[in-house]
Formats: sequence, C-alpha cells, structure tokens
Amino acid sequence: MRVAIIQFPGSNCDFDTLHVLNNVMNVKANLVWHKSDDLRDYDAVILPGGFSYGDRLRAGIIAAHSPVMKEVRRMAKDGYPILGICNGFQILIESGLLPGALLRNSSLKFICKWVNLSVISNKAIFTHKIKKNHLLKMPIAHNEGRYFIEEDDLKELYKRDQIILKYADEYGKISERSNPNGSIDGIAGICNDEGNVFGLMPHPERASEKLLSPFNTNNGKIIFSSMIEYVKER
Amino acid sequence: MKTYLVKVVIENKASARDPEGETILKDLLIKGGYKKVKAVRTAKLLKMWVEAENDKEAKEMVSKLCDELRIYNPVAHTCSINAEGE
Repeated sequence: MRVAIIQFPGSNCDFDTLHVLNNVMNVKANLVWHKSDDLRDYDAVILPGGFSYGDRLRAGIIAAHSPVMKEVRRMAKDGYPILGICNGFQILIESGLLPGALLRNSSLKFICKWVNLSVISNKAIFTHKIKKNHLLKMPIAHNEGRYFIEEDDLKELYKRDQIILKYADEYGKISERSNPNGSIDGIAGICNDEGNVFGLMPHPERASEKLLSPFNTNNGKIIFSSMIEYVKER
Repeated sequence: MKTYLVKVVIENKASARDPEGETILKDLLIKGGYKKVKAVRTAKLLKMWVEAENDKEAKEMVSKLCDELRIYNPVAHTCSINAEGE
C-alpha cells in the first residue's frame, strides 16, 4: 500500500507524518505537492497539520480550493481512507468533506499541550480497532480548534455516530474542565457518514513513539494501524 | 463600467460564541466606565473594489463569489454585503 501526504504551502507536520508512516508503521508514503491532480497510485490520503496559506481568511479555506482536493474528493467518494490532522481537519471542514466549523479557541490563545481523548465511536476506519471509551493520549497545538455546529446538525451527528473523539480528563470524564478550546460537547474529532473521512485536532503523528511522549505512550499509532489494516483487508 | 467599493462583513452566528467580543466588552469597555454598552460582536471586514455597471450588479457579483468560494462558512457565520458606490 502507498499513502499520499499532501503538502500545502505552510504545511509543517508533513515530514513528521512521513517519518511515522515510513519508519514506525513501515508503510510506503510519499509527499505530494498540492498542485497534483492525480492520486491514482495511492490507497489513502493524509492532510497533515500546519498553517496552510498562513491561515489567511480562515484556517484551511484557501487550501480547500487547491487542485489536489478534487482528487481527494474523488477518493473520499470511492471509500478510500482520508485523514485530516489539525490543519488537515480544518481543510476537510472547509472543503465540505466534513460538516461543521472550527472557530478560534474560546481562550483566544494558541494551545499546545497533551490531552486525553475518549473514543466515542469506532465507526471511523481510523478507530475501528479501538474499543469505545478507550482513552488516548495525544498532543494538541492549535489556535482555531473550537468545533462548532448548529444544534439540529449536532443531533444528526450523534444519530449517525459520527462523533469519534472527545476531550476527556485522565479518568475518561468529559466535562468543561477537560475541554481545552470550547468545542461543542468537547468534540475533538468527527468522521463522515461513511466512516472513511476522519478529521481530528490532536496530532497522532506526534504521539506514535514512546520516546516523544511524557507518559511513555504511543497511542497515536493505533490511528495509523487501523487505517493500514483497513486498506490491506479492502 | 465603474468601480464600486463592496464591503463584506463576516461574523459568527448568534449561536456561536464570540469570545473576542466578550473580552472587549468585559475587560475594556465596562472596566473603562462605559457600562451602557451591553454587547460587542467582532467581525471580519473585506473591502472589494469591483468593476460593474451599477451598484446592484457589483453587490450581486460579490454575493455570488462569497457563496461559490466559501468566503464565509455558512455553518458558523453570517455574511452581509453592501455596495457603497464609486
């Protein structure tokens, strides 16, 4: 299998993601410039974190119009795994591949810290190997991560089991205190109705090696291994 | 063909909190003695100079591009557009 990691002007987690796929997961991956209009050689796509186009106008909106997104849409429609991490999540939202909006953090501050995430659903390809309510430790690093959606659409997300990750405390309790950015219901990651397009604000690629974790954990790996397993079985 | 100034104002919907507006109200205006100010909402303003036959056409063009290019996110934002003449 081969994974495409899309590079937009301002992506800065592209090489971290490449390193994890190549050297931790032992999977072939390539960096693909956003002007590419052909992803036919790939089995999965990752939109990495960073600050595409310097977050101008709104985080993710300009990258959402990049030529490569036409191919990403095609692959999303055909059921291929599409993962958006942080700015990649913002790009998936702004391209309409995922519902909702990511607004400025309620603290008005850039937040960079490790958080606990409760797995709410294993509907996404990327969480299908994880038990519900399992806790994952990963870092967040963002300024616009406050997930917002209107009340009726939120109900629809619950109904369709599209809410995948929520911010929790170290015991798994989800509360205002465990919510770092003011996201509605503490939402940290959602998927599309089919489960193949998944976006999350935390960084699994920074949490896939014990050496890099203050807790000696590598919880991010399971997001990638779930994706790899799915592609191999497909 | 004339050039018109069209102003696009993008702001959070009433149902989406605006913490910047809340901070300006609470920590600047109220503390500064302006207690009659009851609410503040921040917004983003885009000024576009466009060529059009009249202000109606200028406004319609900008309205179309705002929708087509998703200048605002309809989930979270409202967008108001005004053409101000030459």
